[in-house]
Amino acid sequence: MPTQILMPALSPTMEDGKLAKWMVKEGDMLTSGMVIAEIETDKATMEVEAVDEGKLSQILIAEGTENVKVNTPIAVILDEGESASDIAPVTAPPPSAATNGASAPAANTQPAPPSAPAPTAAPTPVVSAPVAPMAIVAPELDVPAGTTFATITMREALRDAMAEEMRRDGDVFLMGEEVAQYQGAYKVSQGLLEEFGDKRVIDTPITEQGFAGIGVGAAMSGLKPIVEFMTWNFAMQAIDQIINSAAKTLYMSGGQMGCPIVFRGPNGAAARVAAQHSQCYSAWYAHVPGLKVVSPSNAADAKGLLKSAIRDPNPVLVLENEMLYGTQADVPEMDDWLVPIGKAKIVKPGNDVTIVSFARGMTYANEAAAQLAQQGIDAEVIDLRSLRPIDWDTIIASVRKTNRIVTVEEAWPVCSVGSEICAQVAIHAFDHLDAPPAKVSGADVPMPYAANLETLALPSVEQVVHAAKSVCYAL
Amino acid sequence: MTVSPDMQRNMLRQMQTIRRFEEHASEGFLAGDIYGVVHCYIGEEAVAVGVCATLTREDKIISTHRGHGHCIAKGADLKRMMAELYGRETGYCKGKGGSMHIADFEIGMLGANGIVAGGISIITGAGLAAQMDGNGAVAVCFFGDGASNAGPFHESINIAASWKLPVIYVCENNLWAVNVPAENSLAVTDVAARAAGYGIPGKIVDGNDALAVYEAASEAVAHARNGGGPTLIECKTYRHRAHTERADQPDARPKAEIEAWMAKDPIDQLAAHLKGQQGQLTEDEWAAMDADVMSEVEAAIAFAKASPFPSTDSVSQDVFAD
Repeated sequence: MPTQILMPALSPTMEDGKLAKWMVKEGDMLTSGMVIAEIETDKATMEVEAVDEGKLSQILIAEGTENVKVNTPIAVILDEGESASDIAPVTAPPPSAATNGASAPAANTQPAPPSAPAPTAAPTPVVSAPVAPMAIVAPELDVPAGTTFATITMREALRDAMAEEMRRDGDVFLMGEEVAQYQGAYKVSQGLLEEFGDKRVIDTPITEQGFAGIGVGAAMSGLKPIVEFMTWNFAMQAIDQIINSAAKTLYMSGGQMGCPIVFRGPNGAAARVAAQHSQCYSAWYAHVPGLKVVSPSNAADAKGLLKSAIRDPNPVLVLENEMLYGTQADVPEMDDWLVPIGKAKIVKPGNDVTIVSFARGMTYANEAAAQLAQQGIDAEVIDLRSLRPIDWDTIIASVRKTNRIVTVEEAWPVCSVGSEICAQVAIHAFDHLDAPPAKVSGADVPMPYAANLETLALPSVEQVVHAAKSVCYAL
Repeated sequence: MTVSPDMQRNMLRQMQTIRRFEEHASEGFLAGDIYGVVHCYIGEEAVAVGVCATLTREDKIISTHRGHGHCIAKGADLKRMMAELYGRETGYCKGKGGSMHIADFEIGMLGANGIVAGGISIITGAGLAAQMDGNGAVAVCFFGDGASNAGPFHESINIAASWKLPVIYVCENNLWAVNVPAENSLAVTDVAARAAGYGIPGKIVDGNDALAVYEAASEAVAHARNGGGPTLIECKTYRHRAHTERADQPDARPKAEIEAWMAKDPIDQLAAHLKGQQGQLTEDEWAAMDADVMSEVEAAIAFAKASPFPSTDSVSQDVFAD
């Protein structure tokens, strides 16, 4: 059945936006994750990525069109074997000021606004999921009253963090593959080359060992490099420099010289890119004394943690996530939005079970907590944010309250961050536990390519719900 | 290029300091006062001294597992070096580094490095920092023939050449990578030939001739300071001793080869040169210089032996900077 692509909501408050640019044309084959369009609001510009696969048969809203209501069909894609004749006639509401004041049509589920022609009766098309998943978090408690918030993507938040710190400190510079002219393989460094020039935004060859070591040497020489890895998978080429040089220099030199450097890039599973491009390195690096490791789940933490990382005198690794780059959150608009490294956040207080996770694992944890609430289980959800140091105080205090814990991560299960949390909880809160700790993780296999297998290799909301009910003896 | 007699005498003295320091390091190792591994530089002193004589304090160097010579040539303090070998609190690394991690960031010595080829990209980053600062400083990388076969050599020199970084890559080709002849591993006879692959100057120098090393390094440093980019200098040299100081370790190298290189000792050569230069160095002066060096090394040993071992508290210090 043909699938409609709808105008996505970039934030909970967004009602309409400008369809700034189509990145694909009719007839193109779309794959999941492909950037298909750019959308602008008064707050941000964002790339729209395809969720469904198939042939783009029809563009319904021309580029440059303003005031396109959220959920308006903007294009139609066909699955294999379908033809254009399968397309139901679609009439998009006119994206004009004429619809101002009318409620936004939610694709065939609500009456059309009075000023729009009535949709022709037709088989209901399958409506694709919202393009940009939401990750809205409550602001930090210490945000001053009256602070305004900007709803931006994690991609923009990371860029803003780097730009602000580069303005603040002339020793900060960015290097990595395609960070300058191409603006970042995942468009995280958009606009930085234009603002800071090619002396401070540097394209490197595809030589992870080489440019990681060069970053270390620059840090030892008084600069503050930000080294972007196109993904952490490729940083295995550079792990000698990260561990043997960056992490150990301060100790080996008897405290003479540390290595103030940030290594950052996307970590963990992306979509359908198989084993060598889909690995979570959280446990690998959290294991190493001398490294700090953070892994944000949302735009606000991403910005605050990256700014803290750049100012930190130690090597800090920022494990980002490609699947979260397009997600949005409200980020405080203040000069020094710093999230402290080593401080977890209780995202949702609760009394029945503690769910601890980080990065993309938080999407499962949050959704599971919502489902558990409907079933009468009040989960406390903790976002670790930092993997070294880990905020043990927050975790242990929570377990002493709830007496149960479930850890959630996308990484492999053996010797994982979740393993360590379960161990520490057993050591420090054994007498408070009413059930054995439970661990939800990725499967103990290299990431498979086929979609059905990939799904099996990743954790799920269902697994988290099941684990939580299990430790609550509520199955 | 002329090198003043005073400067030559300074170079000779430094070379003799490295020699005497390491002779004791070996004795201390065999006596059980120094632990782990000690890699002696004896026989290769002309390279470190010839190169570092062209540098200023602001210039940076990085070294290898065989690093004592580079430290001394860059001006490191013998007492703190020896105390580090003895694992004492007063050592450069407070007893946490040992022979393979001695560093003195104050004098631009970014450290010995226990990983073969591990320093090559780091010092290239120091070159990038110097270029960004525009301060005219250069960075010098010491490494062996074995490291020239490793990936970081290629990645780093390619970047330095592409970006015209002020880096001088000094290969100490001592003909053996641990116990494997270099010729078994190198696809080319001369490491310097690899410079052509990066479009940079490659020079072959007699690494046992301190003045020849000085001349080649001077040209390379001037080229780098003037924005010309990196140079690869291959110094043909030889270590008199086995790969590490271990009494029971067999040396794979032919005896005749070792003796032939011993006969080309770099210190003897420079001393003979000075003595032949219309009496710029008399036998008495040479003997006095050596005695002076010996007393300096002995003072370093006494300092090390008198120093306390690290406090137990320090085991967990300096993991993170505040």
